[in-house]
Amino acid sequence: MADVNRGNRPLSPHLQVYKLPIAAITSILTRITGHALVAGILLLVWWLTAAVTGPRAFATADWVVRSWIGFIVLTGSAWALWYHALAGIRHLFYDAGIGLEIEEAEKSSWAVIIGSVVLTLISLILFFIG
Amino acid sequence: MRYITPRKAAQGMGSAHSGTAHHWAMTVSACALVLLTPAFLFVVGHAIGYPREAVVAYFGRPYPGIVTALFVIVSMLHFIKGTRIMIDDYFNHTERKVAIIASTIFGWGVIAFAIFALAKMALVNIVI
Repeated sequence: MADVNRGNRPLSPHLQVYKLPIAAITSILTRITGHALVAGILLLVWWLTAAVTGPRAFATADWVVRSWIGFIVLTGSAWALWYHALAGIRHLFYDAGIGLEIEEAEKSSWAVIIGSVVLTLISLILFFIG
Repeated sequence: MRYITPRKAAQGMGSAHSGTAHHWAMTVSACALVLLTPAFLFVVGHAIGYPREAVVAYFGRPYPGIVTALFVIVSMLHFIKGTRIMIDDYFNHTERKVAIIASTIFGWGVIAFAIFALAKMALVNIVI
């Protein structure tokens, strides 16, 4: 049981040279989007609170929400929210033991990526025409 | 060679015996959020661009108010438990405790601000 093979064992992936598989990228993006959504919820709750605080507070918050910074944060949040939702639904299937094979996980990875972009574009279109 | 059963060797090395409840809470809030997310996006997307009076009147109505309240409450509880997984993965000792406390306070703080604003909007609508 001693370490007879010391120094000659397979190494774990070296993150600086290892190309992450698509399933790994979509997995870590789930965590990143979930945490990044803090920006979107903070902006919207600030905007809501400002509306009951007073005209000047609302003018400031509304200006930020409708500025290009607000557009980037809210569009980014819409994508992050759709991405996190789709990846979360995939997790519910994983929990049920469905879609755990590598090819299936690769397919669902692309479905999550493409689906989140399509849903974000639909959201933007509905926002600007509605 | 240790004269110890594999079970005994593994005991106390892993589970905190509370992971199942955490996982189940994430599952339940995730299912709720699958329904709440599209509803909330419609509601909030509708209101952005309104003048202040219209925003107050809009969120004072039952459907936009209830959907927004539910989304903020459920998503922030999901957030508190979700960040906990990340914190447990990347932090240890005091840092971990501080991070868990900070994330919990932050989550409930966001809920409190949102519910205060929504309650005030609903009450303003009653007065006028």
